[in-house]
Amino acid sequence: MYRYDEFDHALVQDRVKQFSGQVQRRLAGEITEDEFKPLRLMNGVYLQLHAYMLRVAVPYGTLSSRQMRMLAHIARKYDKGYGHFTTRQNIQYNWPALKDIPAILEDLASVEMHALQTSGNCIRNVTSDQYAGVAANEVEDPRIWSEIIRQWSTLHPEFSFLPRKFKFAVTGAPEDRAAIRVHDIGIELVKGKDGRTAFDIYVGGGQGRTPMIGKLIGKAISQENLLTYLEAIMRVYNMHGRRDHLFKSRIKILVHTIGEEEMRRQVEEEFAAMQKDGPVELPKAEIERIQAYFAPPAYETLENDPAELNEAFEKTPAFARWVKQNVAAHKVPGYAIANISLKPVGGVAGDASSEQMEKVAELADAYSFSEIRVTHEQNLVLADVPQKDLFALWQELDANGLGTPNLGLITDQIVCPGLDYCNLANARSIPIGQAIAKKFEDLDRQNDIGELKIKISGCINACGHHHVGHIGILGVDKKGTEFYQVSLGGSADEKTSLGDITGPAFTEDKIVGAVENIVETYLSERQDGERFLDTYRRIGMKPFKEKLYAAH
Amino acid sequence: MAQHSNKMAQVQAVTANRLIDGVVVYLTAKGAWSEKLADAAIAEGKEAAEALLAKANPALEQQEIVEPYLFEIAEEDGTLVPASVRERIRMAGPTVRLDLGKQAEGKTA
Amino acid sequence: MPLIKDGAFVEDKWTYADEEGPLPEGPVIVSLTRWHNEKEALAARTAPLGIKLLSGEEPKEIAGDLDKFAVIALDFPMFKNGRAYSYARLLRERYGYKGELRATGDVLRDQLFFMHRCGFDAYEVSQRITIDGWKEAMDEISVVYQPASDGRKTIFQARHGG
Repeated sequence: MYRYDEFDHALVQDRVKQFSGQVQRRLAGEITEDEFKPLRLMNGVYLQLHAYMLRVAVPYGTLSSRQMRMLAHIARKYDKGYGHFTTRQNIQYNWPALKDIPAILEDLASVEMHALQTSGNCIRNVTSDQYAGVAANEVEDPRIWSEIIRQWSTLHPEFSFLPRKFKFAVTGAPEDRAAIRVHDIGIELVKGKDGRTAFDIYVGGGQGRTPMIGKLIGKAISQENLLTYLEAIMRVYNMHGRRDHLFKSRIKILVHTIGEEEMRRQVEEEFAAMQKDGPVELPKAEIERIQAYFAPPAYETLENDPAELNEAFEKTPAFARWVKQNVAAHKVPGYAIANISLKPVGGVAGDASSEQMEKVAELADAYSFSEIRVTHEQNLVLADVPQKDLFALWQELDANGLGTPNLGLITDQIVCPGLDYCNLANARSIPIGQAIAKKFEDLDRQNDIGELKIKISGCINACGHHHVGHIGILGVDKKGTEFYQVSLGGSADEKTSLGDITGPAFTEDKIVGAVENIVETYLSERQDGERFLDTYRRIGMKPFKEKLYAAH
Repeated sequence: MAQHSNKMAQVQAVTANRLIDGVVVYLTAKGAWSEKLADAAIAEGKEAAEALLAKANPALEQQEIVEPYLFEIAEEDGTLVPASVRERIRMAGPTVRLDLGKQAEGKTA
Repeated sequence: MPLIKDGAFVEDKWTYADEEGPLPEGPVIVSLTRWHNEKEALAARTAPLGIKLLSGEEPKEIAGDLDKFAVIALDFPMFKNGRAYSYARLLRERYGYKGELRATGDVLRDQLFFMHRCGFDAYEVSQRITIDGWKEAMDEISVVYQPASDGRKTIFQARHGG
């Protein structure tokens, strides 16, 4: 993975010192909350319901075991012994004191981490595919380009006060695990005409109040032109994005208003002019320097399906179930991608204790070249596990509450913190997710239902990605009481779709029954081999809606 | 944050977060700040509520607290509790982690 | 409003003209509307002329007239409105403007660094900003990744001897 050089270190150290100074000025009463708020927001510090919240960037979701241990240490020393992994592949701490945040940032900097641009109206942490570098059919490791974009966007002087926050996602594979079409800019690596990596650039996707699917604006943009092209998009947005209305300020609204054609025309025009002004140069040597950090690790020569694996399957059905559900194919023979679910029934989606973080770090050292990935679906991944070691790995995971075999199943939900923590939330999300998981706890039942992604948000900002849930749930507030609106048929993959709302919202008492009703309809309607989403796309809303509201 | 206040509310108290650590605090009758809602001064009627909110100003100016606002109080089984789910959660802690927050520190009620 | 230029507080010799009526004596800064309406009369004055662009008034509107202006003031109606960062770069990098580029409006200490990088060289600041504060804001970030109007050597260049 990428390692800081002297320049990266210098910038983060400077920034830590700068923010520490800002905190000191605030605590000394030299600046008011109004003045401090934008400063703390530029460094990932929010004020939530119970306390401050610190959001730490995990660039493109990749962590070393050393970094994971530091995250565990911070949780234990400055927080309440746990952290929350988010849909932006970041980690949030829910209870830090403001006075401690400079010390936390020092600790983070010591392991090449920071909280830069994890909030505010700037280019946020770049997200990517959790299978980067190990997926069989990817064009190139997308983290190379994510890192280049991370550096280019860090403290960008022109784009630190955009109309609104701005999110990038990058994928290197045709299967989209990074939800690129619901990002402000989504980038897919493709093969250019010369056989080199080029970039398809989707612009104007997003969720929130007005969900939109991104439009393909730049086709097969070359490596030399990538940063200039991105800068052209950003400049068009910075100059023309609306600033008079919070709900209309994202780039998706600009693209929607002027249309895809006009957006492309403006970007191309700006891009052409920028090339004359002086493009953003990306030296070939710099690309090669960063590529070298993402070179494949020293894989051993191993065979697929080793004898010890098959033996363990026979002896331990629970292990076989976990492998079937949570382990994915690796591009190198004899290796596997192991997904660690952070969704045990009864737990809080995405939460991990300090002990669990340390355990995962230890397992990464033992079995996966000391590297860990965070997924946008709030799970963790060990991406390079020898198949022969899977059983030993699983035993350790299982003993530490990390072996839940539910990847992609109905209990593997995306859930935002909701009204239990968040200052913006209208309703609680976590208890709803927990109640649904409890109802579908039986693993045979979950397996029978098959792939079904439930995504739950506690407000219209859609941090829980409800618009792209196969079943999406949105918490709303009606005169101080929580209600839950349901949508069906959303998806965040390469065939992205936005869910359709079923009808009137449900109370907390009725929402689990509603989900069960939807699942029953699917089970009775599905044809051979159909997933929930396939059935929904074939038969549409009507049968679901009729059964769902039949009793009303 | 004014959007959490209810303009029609009759019985209200004032809450804020403490600057140094963000902890939820309530304004007492003496103009001090307590971590417990039980210590909060209660205002009945609009004028009393506005007068109470004004009492938060010295602490705001001295940078002791952040973002004070009024919230509605209801009576339930003879005790005063926040009317909204939001304020009940702020008073107690996350409903999904009963081991955390004021509910775990004996600071509720 | 105190004016910082070239790292020091300087006397501001410029007056902002009203939308209409007689112009004050000496150097004046006019609005884009007034420039459009009274171009010839304004250009015929002997005293130096400046122009102020509001958020939404893009540099291309004056791109052909830049030699007429000794000052261009770009307005930040609130610090969160960052359009003028793009305007500044366009004026410097695309249209080749060499005169004074002045930040006006909601100009705060923690934005000075970004403004400077985008080509501003004069800042109308509130009373609370000191020269030490200004210097601190300029120096606290020692390295930069992106090329901008200040011509600073980027990290990419430094790494590869550019």
